[in-house]
Amino acid sequence: MTGFWSRFRRRRIAMIGLIVVALVVAVAIAAPYLYPQSPWKMVQRPFLPPFANALVPLGTDTLGRNVASGLAHGAQVSLLIGIVSTLVALAVGVPIGAIAGYFGGIVDDVLMRFTEFFQTVPSFALAIVLVAIFQPSLTSVIAAIGVVGWPPVARLVRGEVLAQRRREYVEAAILAGQSNFTIITRQILPNVVSPIVVLASLMVATAILLESSLSFLGLGDPSVMSWGYMIGAARTVVRQAWWLSFFPGVAILITVLAINLVGEGLAEALDPRSSRDHH
Amino acid sequence: MSEEAILSVENLAVELPAGADRLFAVEGVSFEIRPGETLAIVGESGSGKSMSANAVMGLLPPGTRVAQGIAKLDGVDLFHLDEAGMRAIRGRRIGMIFQEPMTALDPLMRVGEQIAEVFEAHGLLTPAERRARALALLTEVGIPEPERAIHAYPFQLSGGQRQRVMIAMALALDPVLLIADEPTTALDVTTQAQILKLIKELQRKHGTAVMFITHDFGVVADIADRVVVMRQGKVVETGTAAAVLGDPQHDYTKALIAAIPTGHPEVAPPATPRAREIVLEVAGLTKTYTTSGGFMRPARVVHAVKSVSFDLARGETLGVVGESGSGKSSLGRCLVRLIEPEAGSIKIEGAETMGQSIGQMRQWRRRMQMVFQDPYGSLNPRSRVGRIVAEGPIAAGVPVKTAIAKAADLLAMVGLDASAVDRFPHEFSGGQRQRIGIARALALDPRIIIADEAVSALDVSIQAQVLRLLADLKARLDLALIFITHDLRVAATICDKVAVMQRGEIVEMGPVGQVFGDPQHDYTRRLIAAIPGRSESGPLGRVRAAGA
Repeated sequence: MTGFWSRFRRRRIAMIGLIVVALVVAVAIAAPYLYPQSPWKMVQRPFLPPFANALVPLGTDTLGRNVASGLAHGAQVSLLIGIVSTLVALAVGVPIGAIAGYFGGIVDDVLMRFTEFFQTVPSFALAIVLVAIFQPSLTSVIAAIGVVGWPPVARLVRGEVLAQRRREYVEAAILAGQSNFTIITRQILPNVVSPIVVLASLMVATAILLESSLSFLGLGDPSVMSWGYMIGAARTVVRQAWWLSFFPGVAILITVLAINLVGEGLAEALDPRSSRDHH
Repeated sequence: MSEEAILSVENLAVELPAGADRLFAVEGVSFEIRPGETLAIVGESGSGKSMSANAVMGLLPPGTRVAQGIAKLDGVDLFHLDEAGMRAIRGRRIGMIFQEPMTALDPLMRVGEQIAEVFEAHGLLTPAERRARALALLTEVGIPEPERAIHAYPFQLSGGQRQRVMIAMALALDPVLLIADEPTTALDVTTQAQILKLIKELQRKHGTAVMFITHDFGVVADIADRVVVMRQGKVVETGTAAAVLGDPQHDYTKALIAAIPTGHPEVAPPATPRAREIVLEVAGLTKTYTTSGGFMRPARVVHAVKSVSFDLARGETLGVVGESGSGKSSLGRCLVRLIEPEAGSIKIEGAETMGQSIGQMRQWRRRMQMVFQDPYGSLNPRSRVGRIVAEGPIAAGVPVKTAIAKAADLLAMVGLDASAVDRFPHEFSGGQRQRIGIARALALDPRIIIADEAVSALDVSIQAQVLRLLADLKARLDLALIFITHDLRVAATICDKVAVMQRGEIVEMGPVGQVFGDPQHDYTRRLIAAIPGRSESGPLGRVRAAGA
């Protein structure tokens, strides 16, 4: 583990990503203390430009709400949705992929055709339909993002398990009399954790983008402030009040970019072959 | 000795990257090769024998560099050439053959084009001439039907044929020096004999000097004029093959030669035909693979195991020998039912095991355990060693603590420190890992142990230790052992009786002395004839005669 950390630390760009992610997390955690008031509450006159008033440093929106407060509270929602929906996708994708890869044959065929069925539908369209059917709410948005997110997980895990399945240590476990469930969970899965961690970190970023897109279209949870919603609400006044879409847009860009950098850093640090080169 | 050396290496040192287990990969290495001579560089893994060759070729892996020394090829200092100068030397003046011909050849390029490419790289000949030369070379290295082989892709050729193609490429420009890095290690014993013969013939014809890197003293005895023995980056002994093999001076060389499986049983098996309790009875075991033919291609039926029958008594060792593809590994896997045989009967201590449910199979599988070939792939890299050994008993319902405590005892029994329990497999060497694999196999108190090429991946001195351990455990625990190997010398050392397999069938079976001393089947005779270094008149034969 220490080897992993020292390899990760060597990638400067990944470290920058990690610091940015840590900042976003800190802001999300601190949001209720920084801005105890609801971000939906009017605090000033509408269309106050940024840097004009120290109390509302990033200005106010069309209804006089504090943009800075919206960003902080939006960070909470974005991270929550990004992480929980990724966990949902892993919870579905890992078992399906592991079972398909371990048992092979007809089980593999059935599960993979099922997975491909989900992959053939454009994921954003499917997410829109799901959220529209189940009414926009935090739960339905998370579920929709999870449902469109699991097929790549299943395919990845299947491939990795398939490769491990042929290793002699798995045969030894069979000879030791272990059940299939024990062999998959105790023997094989620990060996495929690295690629899953990398994929999951990148999926968090995708989920944040997907949630923003849904909110932009007005399909987000109407009772929570999110970055996507803020951009969506400001799109009619882009020319009068640039800051309303600019700041949440930058927040999404930086967060997603930072998570992707961390993901790539993880991928390189978890791959022992990369430990040879010295940066 | 009057002749001028074609290659002389003086005081070579290759530096390893910081943090490696030693400072220099090779240090103070000097040797000379004269025209038409074969110099064998012998050593175990990590001895720096390949590193020396790579340094001469200017092909050192990243992170390592030549720290000092001179290598002169025909008077040209190789270490002070620039990249372009080196390229002109490689291929043209020095040819090289590698261990694994499949990875050394471009899988997507036809064999003929690959040979022609050698000429192209040096800007020689016209395309038509290159083709003609490629054909001539393929004919010279003895590939059957060269007109057809020239259009073949590497995967369409056998391992031996691929190595012949590599040799053709290495000799295409008539180099003065051929570097062969373990060129026969990946090959079957009969193929190895053919390739060694080919290298010798070509050498005689072209007068090429050969630098032959190997770990196998048998091969050395067959091919070398002079020998350099290396250990941990240093030369420990140099001399003519007859001198080094016949009268080794350095202790390490003596130990290495002593560790070669002699082909004679180490301990005379007790001739007492005591009440032989049969623990395993196999009859008519069969497994066939059918590859579906696909478009315009007939289906292919491969007999992996074809009506194999044998008995195994308690305390007995059966060696299963054969070349790759002979079905010996499939047989082992059929016995423990990692592969499901389609017909036959397997009786363990009199009870039939075929046609049982998975639950019942778990019960009797404890009676029969396996030691695997790959010391790296057979241990879960993410599990602690204690847990690896204890998995079997834990699955059988033994409490985890008790099982791990027993694992520590077993690890001590196979000669490892009890602290091994809390460590991970990557902290151990290949031989130690194989001991862990043996401890794991013993954890369920089996009656029968199947060792599938269990020592093939190990250095010869480690191999001898592990074989001794297996023989010792077998005697102490009164186990029956099935020893699957491609190495007849190993089989002869450890087994009571041997079964020779060819194309899934046992073609000959009997007591070790009888099968190897008076082989009946033609295939057995060919296998025995191909064992390197066996000619009794050769230096090794004399050593053995003297030692016996």
